[in-house]
Amino acid sequence: MTATTPPDCDVFIAGGGMAGLTLALALDQAGLDVVVADAQAPSTTLAPHFDGRAFAIAFASFRMWKALGLGADLEPVAQPIEEIMVTDGRPMGGVRRGGPSLLHLHFDREEISPGPEGEPLGYMLENRYIRLALDKAIRERSRVRVIAPMGVAKTEVDATGATVTLTDGRTLRAPLLIGCDGRGSLVRRQAGIRTVGWPYPVTAIVCTVAHEKPHGGVAHEFFLPEGPFAILPLVGNRANVVWMEKHAVSRALLAMPEAAFLAELKRRFGDFLGDVRLEGPRFGYPLSLQLAERMIAPRVALAGDSAHGVHPIAGQGLNMGLKDVAALAEVLADAAALGLDLGDPHVLERYQRWRRLDNVAMGLATDFFDRLFSNDIAPLRLARGVGLALVNRIGPARRFFMTYAGGAAGALPKLLRGEALAA
Amino acid sequence: MTLAAPTLDPAEVEKFARIADQWWAPHGPFAPLHRMNPKRIEVIRDAILRHTGRTAGGRRPLAGLEIVDVGCGGGLVTEPIARMGASVIGLDAAEETIKAAMAHAAGMGLAIDYRQGFAEDLAAVRPGGFDVVLALEIIEHVADVAAFVAAAAALAKPGGLVVMSTINRTPKARALAIVAAEKILRWLPEGSHHYDKLVTPPELSAALEGAGLRPDPAIGLAFDPLGRRWSAGDDVDVNYIMVARKPG
Repeated sequence: MTATTPPDCDVFIAGGGMAGLTLALALDQAGLDVVVADAQAPSTTLAPHFDGRAFAIAFASFRMWKALGLGADLEPVAQPIEEIMVTDGRPMGGVRRGGPSLLHLHFDREEISPGPEGEPLGYMLENRYIRLALDKAIRERSRVRVIAPMGVAKTEVDATGATVTLTDGRTLRAPLLIGCDGRGSLVRRQAGIRTVGWPYPVTAIVCTVAHEKPHGGVAHEFFLPEGPFAILPLVGNRANVVWMEKHAVSRALLAMPEAAFLAELKRRFGDFLGDVRLEGPRFGYPLSLQLAERMIAPRVALAGDSAHGVHPIAGQGLNMGLKDVAALAEVLADAAALGLDLGDPHVLERYQRWRRLDNVAMGLATDFFDRLFSNDIAPLRLARGVGLALVNRIGPARRFFMTYAGGAAGALPKLLRGEALAA
Repeated sequence: MTLAAPTLDPAEVEKFARIADQWWAPHGPFAPLHRMNPKRIEVIRDAILRHTGRTAGGRRPLAGLEIVDVGCGGGLVTEPIARMGASVIGLDAAEETIKAAMAHAAGMGLAIDYRQGFAEDLAAVRPGGFDVVLALEIIEHVADVAAFVAAAAALAKPGGLVVMSTINRTPKARALAIVAAEKILRWLPEGSHHYDKLVTPPELSAALEGAGLRPDPAIGLAFDPLGRRWSAGDDVDVNYIMVARKPG
């Protein structure tokens, strides 16, 4: 018999962001031994000023977090989205010329899940609460090992595994290396996976506001010529604003004194929710589309932003990443239950078949929506207004959009149906 | 110790020895076995759990069982069986194959007892030594089916299991497993299988009974080309698995 050294873990995850930590919890639930390395210390990522974004979490994604035990921590801070109003033109009550178009699209959750027990269209969740809940859950699972702050310096693969060299020189070996390390993914680059994509000429300004009147769980997305302006309801009389402008305009807005910025914000926001004031800092995120050519390579899989970064127009980026996580966790749980090599090419191919088409389709669909809505050409403006009104008139089309945006279309992984993975 | 005459055909052993380094190549000559492997292992695992009264779940459902994989090749089933907790001996006639299997298991960090040899040799030194005897995709390569089945039966403990899988001798099997897989798709090296050496479920069942075992009905493994997936069921036209119990 040959002397053998067991690997250090079943799966090594590079990147402890939302995708990486959710994946770690899911794999732990399936009985796998996971190591996560993240370049940043948890104290940095958990600080309120680290990330001002809030995410529209599809109900399927929220079900997964509940199945992973995060429900009690997330439910009190999750704002259900009861309705989505998509309008071509200015917010109602805004002082700028134009006013809201009469042509609009209205999504109401009563249509797909009637009754008080039904699930909402989705939830608005602030990034820092998600991070806090994930961090707490990870700490409760003694088997998950998180190494942070610790970067990955180098990855190498051979016939039977991946060897990861950390920035302190330590090496760890696992049959499978998963890159949840974001858009600039080192894992992706070292695996030789190329990306395709293009930058958008806009920077998203993100901030949180407090307002006088209750929002009633209604999310508004206004398609302004400069790009979308979204008012997304948060718990309490608060909302997250996502406001897209050309880079130079955004830079100027972000650099303005707070009072001047608020005045500009109010001109677009309008007064339908009463007086508005800023809560916390403003953030700027330049937008781009980036799709990895493959989601797998020998002994490597990508999940989340490392595989796809899309336009946030439909609030799909994180949800796509969470769908990757649910599919990958299920594929690996199935493989582990049969004693298969977790880095087996046929195991990884099943994951890629499950996710790749959906990701590319979503990336291109969000790009198409952006092009359709980000301009002021009169015929196009009319056409998209009629399009919105048509989709609004046709029940099945609207329900399809709602179900799809809710993450429930296609073959759903167990976690997205709210089922736990068996250990 | 007396060595029974090996029932393996030397030409067959030589044929597989030549491609020993290809066992784990994902798109190499053994790719069809890799594709079939998850469903094949699931059927085998479930049969073992059913016959031993164990419950599924966890990562080591086969812990405590002693299993021998006769004709283990590169270890495509041997490794998963070991990961599921069983104590495994992998046996193969070709030395090159055993070397490749050992190197792969070492890389994966698995403790598997790989040995070059024949079922008859091991039966001579460890008769009745195993809870489960696996002989997968091997019966179609042996020179004497009855003698091979007898050797496999001799390895099983009283009350133990003998699990065999192979390709049926039907026109459909010839079309899919020989003509398509070898000559058209070139999934398998030409000459991997000879039609007249294939064994039908009734013949295998009779051979198992002849060795004093009690075989269950054959379980079919069928490939759905549209869904690109294998499923287990009643269709035994091409690939099938037979589980037999040794009285005891």
